[in-house]
Amino acid sequence: MAQLSLDRLSKRFAATDRAAVDGVSLTVREGGFLALLGPSGCGKTTVLRMIAGFEQPTGGAIRLGSRVLADGEVSVAPEHRNMAMVFQSYALWPHMSVADNVGYPLKVRRIATEERRRRVASALSAVRLEPYAGRRPADLSGGQRQRVALARCLVTDPDVVLLDEPLANLDRHLRQEMEETFREFHQRSGATMVYVTHDQAEAMALATDVAVMSEGKVLQLATPQEIYARPEGRQVGMLIGQGAVIKLPSPAGDTRALTEDMMGTLLRTMGAEPVADVLVRPQDVEIADGGVAARVISALFEGERYAVKLSLPDGQMLRAFSRLPVRIGETVPVLVRAGWRL
Amino acid sequence: MRRFRSSANGQPGWLFPFVIAAIMVLSVLPLGRLAATGIVSAFSGGGRGVLTDPGLWQPVYNTVATSFFGMIAAVLLGGGFALLLTLFDIRHKRLLGFLFMLPTMIPPQVTALSWISMMGPSSTVLKAIGMAPPLGSPQPLYSISGIAFLFGVQNAALVFLSLRAGLLALPRDAVEAARLAGASSFQVLKDIILPLSLPGFAAGAAIAFVSCVGNFGIPAILGIPASIYTLPTLIYAKFAAFDAGTFADISVLSALIGILSVLGLVVESRVLRGRDYRVIGLSGQIAVFRLGRWRVCAEVLLWLTIIVILVLPLTALVASSLAPAYGVPLTPASATLHAYQEILFRQAVTRTAFVNSIGLSLTTAIGLLLVSVLMGYFLVCGGSRYAGLISALADIPYALPGVVLAVAFILLFAAPLPVVGISIYGTIWIILLAYLSSFLAVSLKPVTSAFRQVDSSLEEAARLAGAGFFRRMTDIMVPLVAPAAGASVILVFLIACNELTVSALLWSAGTQTLGVAIYNLDDSGSFNLASALSVLVVIMVISMMLLLEAMAKRLPKGVVPWHS
Repeated sequence: MAQLSLDRLSKRFAATDRAAVDGVSLTVREGGFLALLGPSGCGKTTVLRMIAGFEQPTGGAIRLGSRVLADGEVSVAPEHRNMAMVFQSYALWPHMSVADNVGYPLKVRRIATEERRRRVASALSAVRLEPYAGRRPADLSGGQRQRVALARCLVTDPDVVLLDEPLANLDRHLRQEMEETFREFHQRSGATMVYVTHDQAEAMALATDVAVMSEGKVLQLATPQEIYARPEGRQVGMLIGQGAVIKLPSPAGDTRALTEDMMGTLLRTMGAEPVADVLVRPQDVEIADGGVAARVISALFEGERYAVKLSLPDGQMLRAFSRLPVRIGETVPVLVRAGWRL
Repeated sequence: MRRFRSSANGQPGWLFPFVIAAIMVLSVLPLGRLAATGIVSAFSGGGRGVLTDPGLWQPVYNTVATSFFGMIAAVLLGGGFALLLTLFDIRHKRLLGFLFMLPTMIPPQVTALSWISMMGPSSTVLKAIGMAPPLGSPQPLYSISGIAFLFGVQNAALVFLSLRAGLLALPRDAVEAARLAGASSFQVLKDIILPLSLPGFAAGAAIAFVSCVGNFGIPAILGIPASIYTLPTLIYAKFAAFDAGTFADISVLSALIGILSVLGLVVESRVLRGRDYRVIGLSGQIAVFRLGRWRVCAEVLLWLTIIVILVLPLTALVASSLAPAYGVPLTPASATLHAYQEILFRQAVTRTAFVNSIGLSLTTAIGLLLVSVLMGYFLVCGGSRYAGLISALADIPYALPGVVLAVAFILLFAAPLPVVGISIYGTIWIILLAYLSSFLAVSLKPVTSAFRQVDSSLEEAARLAGAGFFRRMTDIMVPLVAPAAGASVILVFLIACNELTVSALLWSAGTQTLGVAIYNLDDSGSFNLASALSVLVVIMVISMMLLLEAMAKRLPKGVVPWHS
C-alpha cells in the first residue's frame, strides 16, 4: 500500500469547455480517509472518477506511491489499478447472487474456488450478511445492498477504496448505521479511502481529512476539527457549520479568532472601512441584554430549541439558537460570544 | 504501457473500426450507390426518359391512390381498435390486441392469397355455404379498391400501435383535472384525449402510408393479374424484362418511391405543426371509461372485425390448402393433405425454399445479434460523438421500402467485387447481405434499449474488479441484455422468414425464399400448393409471436412491438 497523490490534476470536458477540475493537488496518506466535500457540480465526483480511471485527466498526474496511474503520457486502465469502489447506485450485478457479486473480483483474478469461497465468506461475515449469500440483490433492502457493495470492496485488499456518495440513497436512520459500518471497515482494512459527499456532517464524522471543493478547486484540506475551527475563506466558512458570514470592519491587527469584546466593538462600529468577512456560528449568538439590537425574521421550533434568523440594523443576517420563544418582527438584544475572521 | 493508452474508455481498439465497417457495408455503400445512380440517370435524361413515359404515371397514380385509401382504411380500423381497447372497459384486451397484430405479421402475399380464397367465384368457403358468385364473374379484389382495402388490413396494426403508445403516454392528471373541472366522460374524450392523441394518429397514418407505398406482396398478387401496376410491381416487371437500360430505370423508379414516402412524412409533420403537446406530468394508464350497456355492442363489433379480417381469410386459406384442386368444392370427403405432402416431400422447389429461408433467417438473426450487441454497446456505452449519426444510418435501410433496398444492393453488387473479382450477384450471399442491412434496425433496437437500461456503474464496477473488455462483456453486459437479445433474434427470424420484397428482386434459380416460393406457386396457378405453404408460414408466425408474448414480461419496454 502506498500514498495516493494528485498533482495539479485538471479535467476539461470538450462539451462545455469549462474546467470541471482545476489544478487539484492533494495527498492522502497511507491508510487515510479523505472526504471530498462540496456542493453538487464542484468537481468532486470527477476527481474520484479520475482516481478510478474512468475519466482521463487533461492535465496533471495521479500517483500511487511511486507508480504513475495517469498523467499526460500514460493512463492505467481501471481494471489494473487495484482499486475498489462503492457506487451511489451500489452497482450490484442483478443476475448474480450476493456471493457471486462479492466473489467476482476474485474470479477475475483467477483465485481458486476453495480460497475464493473462504474469502467471500469472511467478507460477508464482516458486513454481517452471511445468511444472504445465496440471494439476489433484488431481494435485499437498500442498506443490505450497500453492505454487499462494501463486501465486494473488502474481498480483494484494494490499495484504494473509493466511495461515491454511498449514503445518498438511504434514509436517515440507516445512514447512521452505515457510517458506523464504514468506520469499522476503514479500521479493519486499513485501506486508503476517498469518500465523496455533499453532506458536511457525514464528512466530519467519517474522515480523517476533509478537502472542501468548489468550482473545481480545493479550497482547504485539513482535519475535520481544523476545518471546523479555522475555515479558510468565505466559501469554506459558509459550507461548514450553519454559521452566518457577515461583513464587519476589519479587526485591529488582522486577528482571526475574535472574542466577545472584539465582536461587540466591531458590531457597534459597523459600516467603517475596511471591511472583513466574519463567520458567526449560531451557538455563539445569544439573545441577552446589553447586545446590539436585531430584528427577528423567523423562528423555527426544532424541539430542543428555536432556530432564529435575525436581521442586524444594516440588513445583514445572523443565525442564533434560543431556548425561549421569540416573536417574529420583535427587536431583541444580541450578544456575539465569538467570531472567526475568514 | 502502450496497451493502457488505448483503454481510456475501456473499449478495445477494434470496436470503432468494426462499427464503422458494419455501417458502411450495411447502410452507407448501398444507399450511396443508389443515390449516385439515381442522380446520374436523372441528369442524363431520366433513364431513357422513363420520367417522360406516359406509361409511368398510371403506376404512380395507382401507388398514391392505393396507399392513400389504404391509409384511410388502416386509420379507421387501427384507430378504432386502439381507442376502444385503450380507453374503455373492454374484456379480453390482450387477446384482442394480439389477434389484431397478426395481419401485420403475416406476409402480405399470404394475406392477399387468403382473401382471394375467401372472395370471388372459386372461393372454397363461399362454395361450401353456397354463396359463391357465379363462375366467370370477376374477382372483386383484383382492383384498386381491393388492393387499398388489403393495405388497410395489413397496416391497421401500425396505426393501432402508434395511437395506443400515444394514449398510454397521456398524463393521467390532465384527465383527472378535466374531470374535476366538471367535464363528463364524453367531454373528456372529445376535448382532452382526442386532441392530445392526434400526434399518435398522424404518426400512425404516416407510417401506414409509407408502408403501403413500399408494399410489394399485395399489389403483386392482386394487381398484376389485372394489369394494375404500382411502383414496386413496376420495378419487378421491368426487372423481369431485363435489358441494358433497366438499372437506370429502376433507380429512377426507386427514387420516386422514396420521394412518395418522404412526402407522406412531410404531410405528417405539416399536420403536427404548432401542436407540440410535449406531455408534462405523470403519465400512466388513463382511467378507463365505462361503456355500460354499450360494452357488449363494442365487444361484438371488435370480435366481428377480428373474424372478418383474420379468422375468415385464414379459414379460407386452410380450406383452399385442403381442397383437392383449385375451385373444387371442399367437403369432409374431398379434403386432402395432398398439397402439404407435395410441398413438404415432393417439390424440390419448396424444400429448397424452406432450407433457404430458414438458413437465411437464422444466419441473419445470429449475425445481426453479434453486430447489434457490439454496435449497441458502442452506441450506448461508448460515449462516441458519432453515436447519433451511426444509429440514424442503421435505421435508414429498415425505413426504406424493401424494393428500394433490393435495387440498391443490385446496383452495388451487379459488377464483380473489386480486388477478389468474384460476383455475389445471383447468389444467396446478396440476399443475406440485403437481409442484414434491412433488419439491422430490427435487431439493434431491442439491444440498445436493453443497454440503455444497464446503469453505467455496473460496467465500471466490473472494470474496478479487474475485468477486461471480453470478460466484462461475457460476465456482465451480455447476460444483462440477454433477454432483449433473444427477443431480437426471434423478431429478426420472424420477419426474415416472411420476407418477400427484397428476395423477389434478388433471387435466382436455387436461391428462392419461402416468400418467393409462395408467390411463384400462385403465379403458376398452383393455388392450393401456395395456400398450403402459406398455412405453414402462418403457423410459424403465430408460434413465434406466442414465444415472444411469453417472453414479454422479462423484456425492456418496447422490445416486443405489440406490447407498450
